[in-house]
Amino acid sequence: MQNTKTQETLVGLFVACGIASLFFMAMQISNLGSFSSEKLYNINANFENSGGLKVKSPVTIAGVRIGRVVSISINKDDFVSVVKMNIDSRYKLPTDTVASIYTAGLLGEQYISLDPGGSEQFLKENGLIDITSSAVILEELVGKFFTDKVSE
Amino acid sequence: MDTKAPPKTDIVSIRNLTFSRGHRKIFNAISLDIKRGKITAIMGPSGTGKTTLLKLIGGQLYPDKGDIIVDQQNVHQLKRKDLYTLRKRMGMLFQSGALLTDISVFDNVALPLREHTALNKSMIRTLVLMKLQAVGLRGARDLMPAELSGGMARRVALARAIALDPMMIMYDEPFTGQDPISLGTLVKLIKELNNTLGLTSIIVSHDVEETIGIADYIYVLSEGKVAGHGTPEQIRNSDSKWVQQFMKGDADGPVHFHYPATDYREDLFQ
Amino acid sequence: MIDFLQKLGQTTLTSFAKLGRGYFFLIHTLIGIISVLAHPRLLTKQLYSVGVLSFLIISISGLFVGMVLGLQGFYILSDFGAEETLGVMVAASLVRELGPVVAALLFAGRAGSALTAEIGLMKATEQLSGMEMMAIDPIKRIIAPRFLAGFLSMPLLAALFSAIGVIGGQIIGVGLLGVDDGAYWSQMQSTLDFQDDILNGIIKSIVFGFVISWIALFEGYDAAPTSEGVSRATTRTVVNSAFTILGLDFILTALMFGDI
Repeated sequence: MQNTKTQETLVGLFVACGIASLFFMAMQISNLGSFSSEKLYNINANFENSGGLKVKSPVTIAGVRIGRVVSISINKDDFVSVVKMNIDSRYKLPTDTVASIYTAGLLGEQYISLDPGGSEQFLKENGLIDITSSAVILEELVGKFFTDKVSE
Repeated sequence: MDTKAPPKTDIVSIRNLTFSRGHRKIFNAISLDIKRGKITAIMGPSGTGKTTLLKLIGGQLYPDKGDIIVDQQNVHQLKRKDLYTLRKRMGMLFQSGALLTDISVFDNVALPLREHTALNKSMIRTLVLMKLQAVGLRGARDLMPAELSGGMARRVALARAIALDPMMIMYDEPFTGQDPISLGTLVKLIKELNNTLGLTSIIVSHDVEETIGIADYIYVLSEGKVAGHGTPEQIRNSDSKWVQQFMKGDADGPVHFHYPATDYREDLFQ
Repeated sequence: MIDFLQKLGQTTLTSFAKLGRGYFFLIHTLIGIISVLAHPRLLTKQLYSVGVLSFLIISISGLFVGMVLGLQGFYILSDFGAEETLGVMVAASLVRELGPVVAALLFAGRAGSALTAEIGLMKATEQLSGMEMMAIDPIKRIIAPRFLAGFLSMPLLAALFSAIGVIGGQIIGVGLLGVDDGAYWSQMQSTLDFQDDILNGIIKSIVFGFVISWIALFEGYDAAPTSEGVSRATTRTVVNSAFTILGLDFILTALMFGDI
């Protein structure tokens, strides 16, 4: 039997290692570290079809991640998809920014790519992006390819 | 059923106790009384449920029928809290000693004091050393239970059992498997403790000679019944064949040498 | 036929009776935890034998599992030209599944079996009975501290397993196979979500810790007080824990990650 002091020290060490691992998982492995301290603002964009876009899908400019999708809903009046995004407040977006839904690789997940325009005016909290291009749906593409072939 | 209050001179009285394990009746309506301040022995061959009887008295097992009255209280009708209060006044010495193997001799004896009293450290130390001195093991206080011989472990357990100054101690087979010296020590201790502390002792045993030497009164159990009872003198001169066989250790008698079986010859030449 | 029915009935009844005893035991233990908090020293000792002594096996296993994931993941992902997502694969597998589950299985084998054997032997040597006769409740004094220690250690050990595993994957993926270090970590960070992945993994390990401690202690407490009884109880602890962990893992995964 070891004496009590060694035992207590080892237990302390064990608990410290465990908590350090939890902290490591939170900060280093997950997205908690990269989002928690920054200020965010919301913008919306209406798409005819948001395809396979999901909550938490990335929002990028020129391939750099600047935010993520927080909700996808449908506008009951004109049946368009309303996508709400959380954007890092360090990045100011002009009002004529174009939002497009792309797919990462052939089978990868879908994300929103923003293409800032030249306007002097910037989008505010809950601002709306007017110019959007919808997700490319693979089935539609394939279908179109075949009808084109047939009509040739 | 006989439920009238037992006289005050009886510390334990058992009335019509029936207890079975599975289909086997271990006790079949037995009654016995244990006098305050005396050494009472309960004897019988192995398997007659002597240890079970002690556990019933301690409230660890519940009887099918009958009552056990300890110090004017019906053990099996007590609430848990009252049962625990009663148990603080009963010591029990298990056959194996039942010391906690992960703490030292000193801590084992101190355990009931620490759990049940609000005494400060130095008082607990004094009490523990006194109890250990009484069993002659004050020098062994820092040993772990694994380092003790069987007889020493039993003596430490005895010190622990008397830590709270109980009114009675139950000994479960205290003499089994002891060398002559520790046997002598234990016999002397049980006698001394009973006389100096004013305890009541209940000894459960099948070691005839040692038990007869110290008991004031003896009950002999057999097949769920009391086969005979009386002072050691009366038991020795009992006219029950069964008691005689047990006391003398004859191989054959009312208890047969052979386990019940079909005819020997038929079995061999079938 | 009648014999068979009778046997079936008997088995059902005995298992229900055991389940019932198990629930009472658990409730009694949970009540006993209150008194453990008053004697923290009892807990330290158990945290040592349950947690610290499992530390080494958990960290070494975590390292190797992470390294294997790095190796296998690399070969599969490089076929699709997606080596950069190696970090995601390693971390997601560890945090969601392998960390909680493998750590729990190892914990059941290392600490669970030891707990059962210890309690079973205490029962066989009449230590528990002896405590009861001293008016000390063995569930409060012996069982509850061990239960609490198992319950607290499990999430820490699972976190340790996952964290070391991710580092093991990095050693192989980045150090040996040349995946970009930045991509390994950044892809991981951008894909894994704190709440969905990490927190759910931790919840799983807490549930497993609770169940393993319960099974191990109850099997010991309920063991037949003979050497054969204790050895069978120890086997039952490992087997039943493994089944329960895997079954519960499926249910928890369906609840947590299912798109409902």
